[in-house]
Amino acid sequence: MDGKENIIVSRRTLLGAAAFASVVGAAVLTAVPAVAEDAGVVTGPVPDMSHLPRKKVKLVDPPFVHEHEQIATVGPQVVEFELVIQEKEMVIDDYGTTVQAMTFNGTVPGPLMVVHEGDYVELTLKNPDTNQMQHNIDFHSSTGALGGGGLTLINPGEQVVLRWKATRPGVFVYHCAPGGPMIPWHVVSGMNGAIMVLPREGLKDGYGKPLKYDRVYYVGEQDFYIPKDEEGNFKSYESPGDGYDDMLKVMRTLTPTHEVFNGAVGALTGDNAMKAAVGETVLIVHSQANRDTRPHIIGGHGDYVWATGKFRNAPEVDLETWHIPGGCAGAALYTFLQPGIYAYVNHNLIEAVELGATAHFMVEGEWNDDLMTQVQAPTPIG
Amino acid sequence: MGHAAVAYRTGSIALPALLLAGLLTVIGLQTQTFQLPAFGSAMPGPQTVAIAPRPFDYRATGEFIRAGASADGPLVHVEQPAPLEMMKYQVSAADYAQCVADGACRKADKRRRGEGDVPVTGVSYDDATDYAAWLSAKTGQTWRLPTVEEWVFAAGSRAVDHALGIEANAADPAKRWLVAYAREAALGSDGPANPQPLGTFGVNEFGLADLSAVVWEWTQTCASRTTLDAAGTQISHVESCGVRYLEGRHRTPMSTFVRDALGGGCSVGVPPDNLGFRLVREPHWLETLTRGWLPRA
Repeated sequence: MDGKENIIVSRRTLLGAAAFASVVGAAVLTAVPAVAEDAGVVTGPVPDMSHLPRKKVKLVDPPFVHEHEQIATVGPQVVEFELVIQEKEMVIDDYGTTVQAMTFNGTVPGPLMVVHEGDYVELTLKNPDTNQMQHNIDFHSSTGALGGGGLTLINPGEQVVLRWKATRPGVFVYHCAPGGPMIPWHVVSGMNGAIMVLPREGLKDGYGKPLKYDRVYYVGEQDFYIPKDEEGNFKSYESPGDGYDDMLKVMRTLTPTHEVFNGAVGALTGDNAMKAAVGETVLIVHSQANRDTRPHIIGGHGDYVWATGKFRNAPEVDLETWHIPGGCAGAALYTFLQPGIYAYVNHNLIEAVELGATAHFMVEGEWNDDLMTQVQAPTPIG
Repeated sequence: MGHAAVAYRTGSIALPALLLAGLLTVIGLQTQTFQLPAFGSAMPGPQTVAIAPRPFDYRATGEFIRAGASADGPLVHVEQPAPLEMMKYQVSAADYAQCVADGACRKADKRRRGEGDVPVTGVSYDDATDYAAWLSAKTGQTWRLPTVEEWVFAAGSRAVDHALGIEANAADPAKRWLVAYAREAALGSDGPANPQPLGTFGVNEFGLADLSAVVWEWTQTCASRTTLDAAGTQISHVESCGVRYLEGRHRTPMSTFVRDALGGGCSVGVPPDNLGFRLVREPHWLETLTRGWLPRA
């Protein structure tokens, strides 16, 4: 996948270069990074990092997101993050089914990082010696080296620091991609997350009107492929390696046994339901690193939706359901207008109800009779 | 809140008109949990607990609409319930397996199926009534699911009153939804709630085990909706027996064929962890005749 991405980028480089060369001439071409110009991406020589301001960010567990400015009040900076890889057993449903999960920072999905366009992301990736496998990280928002995967492969007991420039505003997936069949296996074992690169001037509606949010939640959708025994009961394994062969067979069916938000059935319901109030605007960042999904707010809408998550495109408005392709993050902005319980689902309702892709919002506030009213309570027909 | 004018069943069993004085003398000497002797190769019934009558209150079953808005049902007072004989434990997986082996019950849903000395789970109302019919035939006795009223009577301090205590307000229906959601979330379990061996969760004041723990219990009480006016007078009452109530940490309506609750309604609400059941034994009419002569427990 990353190889293909690179091919596309290099083809575009060639086309851009050819077009540019025919107009301006070969001398200019060598000085200007044509592909960057073509895509509107600002690049240049590496600045003196010792003079750029630095910021260390403490990441928080999803669905919450670390504090950040929506509109940048300072210039580009180096934003430092740390991700610690944890291989661990996780319970993924109410039946006690387990997966030998691979995680960034111990959660599925990994935490959402937030920077601004033009910032430098400086990630320290640690693979403690309590783990058994090699891991790395591929940022879809970065450019080159298989998204950083080629520069970050580390063994248990090692750490690595990668810096890349956030040139394209949007929400993007990151995931582990250690090569070959390890790639999908690590991803469907939980090793993925997302980063949000905000425009420096904040979000806009496509006509220049600024858009702001009062709360932001990060929903990471995960497909799991848990093997079953002859009786049809889910199997558990001592270590990731023990279950590898069995899981690969289930993965090849392309039919997940679980499709969940934030690592487990019910992880965002009940006591963990997301909260909001009438009149509040909520930004929901939703990623699925492997498989298509179609978020829908039961009883609500997507006021402004970047289904494929890239903020230089105008958002679509008034959506009922939006499609996020596998390997992509999307963002939806919604202002709650009624109090009550909302279900936020993958509107393949079989996946929502039977496989687990359901979250809830608890929204406090005053009921608006104009928007909806029960004219007649249930009563015998007649 | 006033009583709804609903005909609430009190569970009493009509005495047969015919009294056999000679038999009475003999039967009157037996213990309170006396059961008629089994004939032929009849199987002994499961362990039961006899619960002596006492006045008690329970929250009326069904959905209530009062003055056009969802409301708590009225508290129903039962002054003189019939004595009740109920299984001490929920029906076990091992006992249910015998019914399956006899071809009278379907295998429980494998997503929730335990083995041996744990409550059977992954069973629907239909499965529970199949089992009751099988057990009745095997023992020569009459076994059936309890009503909600009987279950609350037997559960005593383990019964949960699901009243939300929020004034009905048609203009703002969301308040009840939010409170109900938070209540169910608080009553739900924090993680996987797999069935545990019988007796794990202790007994209530009457000696009944494992009430309101991780296995919800089917009752025979049908779902209903009762409409009241502002004064509490009944306007209408509609029953729907394709949906029956489960009792446990919260009272939950469920379609009779459902074996595993998953998410309820339109993707909101907190479902019961497991669906199981226990039965009550209907006394034979000869046993009912002896009641007046038996010592109080």
